[in-house]
Amino acid sequence: MKKTFSIGGVHPDDKKISAGCAIEVLPTPKTVYISMAQHLGGPAKAVVAAGDRVKTGQVIGEPTGFISAYVHSSVTGTVKSVGLRKDLAGIPVVHVEIDVEPDEWVETADTTDTLVTEIPQDPKFIVDRIKANGVVGLGGATFPTSVKLCPPPDKKADILILNGAECEPYLTSDYRIMIEKSRQIVVGAALMKRVLGVHKVVIGIEENKPEAIAKMSEAVSSLAAGSGDYAGIEVITLKKKYPQGGEKQLIDAITRRQVKSMGLPIDVGAVVQNVATSLAVYDAVQKNRPLIDNTITVTGDCFPRQSNVLVRVGTPLSYIIDSLGGIPENAAKAISGGPMMGKAIANLDAATLKGTSSILFLTEEQTRRKPESNCIRCGRCVEACPMGLEPFLLNKLARNGMTDELEQNGVQDCIECGCCLYSCPANIPLLDSIRIAKGEVIRIIRSRTAPKK
Amino acid sequence: MNKLLVSPSPHIHSKTSTRSLMLDVVIALLPSVIVSVLFYGWSAVVVLASSVVFCVLLEYLITRYLMKQASTIGDLSALVTGIILALNLPPTAPWWVAMIGAVVAIGVTKMTFGGLGQNVFNPAITGRVFLLISFPAIMTTWGGAKGFIGGADAVSGATPLGIVKEGLAQGMTLDQIYAMHDFSYGQMLFANIGGSAGEISAIAIIIGFIYLLARKVIRPYITLSVLVTVAVFSGIFWLIDPTQYTDPLFNLLTGGVLLGAVFMATDYVTSPMSDKGGIIFGVGIGIITMLIRYFGSYPEGMSFAILIMNSTVPLINKFCKQKKFGRA
Repeated sequence: MKKTFSIGGVHPDDKKISAGCAIEVLPTPKTVYISMAQHLGGPAKAVVAAGDRVKTGQVIGEPTGFISAYVHSSVTGTVKSVGLRKDLAGIPVVHVEIDVEPDEWVETADTTDTLVTEIPQDPKFIVDRIKANGVVGLGGATFPTSVKLCPPPDKKADILILNGAECEPYLTSDYRIMIEKSRQIVVGAALMKRVLGVHKVVIGIEENKPEAIAKMSEAVSSLAAGSGDYAGIEVITLKKKYPQGGEKQLIDAITRRQVKSMGLPIDVGAVVQNVATSLAVYDAVQKNRPLIDNTITVTGDCFPRQSNVLVRVGTPLSYIIDSLGGIPENAAKAISGGPMMGKAIANLDAATLKGTSSILFLTEEQTRRKPESNCIRCGRCVEACPMGLEPFLLNKLARNGMTDELEQNGVQDCIECGCCLYSCPANIPLLDSIRIAKGEVIRIIRSRTAPKK
Repeated sequence: MNKLLVSPSPHIHSKTSTRSLMLDVVIALLPSVIVSVLFYGWSAVVVLASSVVFCVLLEYLITRYLMKQASTIGDLSALVTGIILALNLPPTAPWWVAMIGAVVAIGVTKMTFGGLGQNVFNPAITGRVFLLISFPAIMTTWGGAKGFIGGADAVSGATPLGIVKEGLAQGMTLDQIYAMHDFSYGQMLFANIGGSAGEISAIAIIIGFIYLLARKVIRPYITLSVLVTVAVFSGIFWLIDPTQYTDPLFNLLTGGVLLGAVFMATDYVTSPMSDKGGIIFGVGIGIITMLIRYFGSYPEGMSFAILIMNSTVPLINKFCKQKKFGRA
């Protein structure tokens, strides 16, 4: 029996039309714009000024606070400016603008392709390198990886889960790295296994990626044959169901443990990391190479040149799109991320971040919302909700501002996966109103539990 | 430079719409429609046409001129109500009976509550029950309809349930009643028994049921729990006294149990949302139906059973909630 999560879920057409496209390295643009808000938590503080010369891999932003991360220059060149620039939603964020010159790496980084499989003994050494090299979670939330790998002392992980589900339609960047960089990913997993002190690592991949499952399994067995550090790592085939890659859903699918409402994975002894994060951990620890580039899927039925491209962090989206043939005539929406949870791009001049996974183009026909009609109480939203909530009810409560009832009915558990709105035959914008209500209710819960000053 | 849309996720939709679901129900009803037209001929066509036309027209007029909003007939739910109402009427019913049924179904039961999704009771059944109480003679007479195939004789007269009820009331045993009226299970399966246009062929309804399941329009729990309950309930009584209580197969194949269990008890608006709730709802319908059949004054009780259980749906929904993730 292939594993999957126990409640809800939907089966959108997976549309992995760029799956066959090997990763290409996109030429570096003339100018890059590196955002200081690459991660969840406090934005980094820029430590360079206009006129400074920077090398590839040099620190240009330092963390501000516990949940924050280092930012490195992704190129060699001269800092042109440090100032506000619009991100993809159009919100001004501090960026470092760098005029690009030919690559010259910081001396500490190992830029060769040699695979380093020996796992350092000292967990602290591993965590320090992960932190110093600016690794953040690349599955969507961009939570600083070093923080996630160091749970509070009263909580202990017993399993590390590597998320290779890539359950969003269209996205293939994780798929490609699992095929092309499978060994590096497995080494990354072994490194995190050492840090967490767990004996079990499960790499979960959905059944629609047989080639990735084969490559990853082969990488695991060949590495395990060479060293005991790789014992206990296992590849598991998951059923294809969205949102399998949701952290709570993936833990449920693999361990049958359910993270409690408002709880964290560590509460049930699990830590989840994306396969792309594992690759970044490999580079950071084994190669002392900062996270300065990532693989991005550029796709869409209306986009003629399907691609998976390796780009430097800070590359303008418009540069990537233009290099691959420009915006298709009939594209109605550009999305950063997948069609279920991605963000619509409001500003194509925005630059890529560490966590950017794709640029997806949808046509008017594919993405237009139809007019809302009466709820017919079919229960499809209830059936689809992976958190076991009742979206139709939350929507009604939200529209009437009934925050107490919203909390009782668990609006704070919503993971914003979009299954409810996706399945609603009456086209009721369920998630739109639920998302707003959830923000409000979580704010109320926090203000209630916060220590009185 | 083309302008790009910016809106919140999700950016794609399953393409299932109210209209596509209703269209699937219409398609699932087609076998029953075809059988009723074949066996009841022009009479059935008149009943079908008048029921559908009045239901759709009424919803159009009410939305446009009373509620002063865009017409909702495009969602096809009025069409579904029209067809189901027609299948619940005797083929010999005059057009104005169908019209009154449509007024009660659409005008009173559906639109006064605010239209699709707002009504408590199933519109078509409410229409039928209203007619049954108001025009008992017309609603229980099946005579004179000439079918396109098969002899007119074969499909005239009272329904098997009516014949049995009357026979038992006169002190006959079931064997004596059956001997007088030779109805066989073969007839019930393939049509040819007296009854409302939609209840004459079990096979036609079962084909529709399979289609609805295959298209994932409905889940099987409500329908199956109705059928299982009717079978178990009647099975117990039949085993106790086979001369006075009709057998399970007879009860399943007659009196609109199948039509009701497949097309009316499964109406989204008036049935529970969860599978657990659906099972309670179906069991309730089955028990009430059999209580009316065995001990009530009406020969059949499916319509009443569904209406009674419709009124319990909010309560069932309240107590049968899905288990939330991570909450023991």
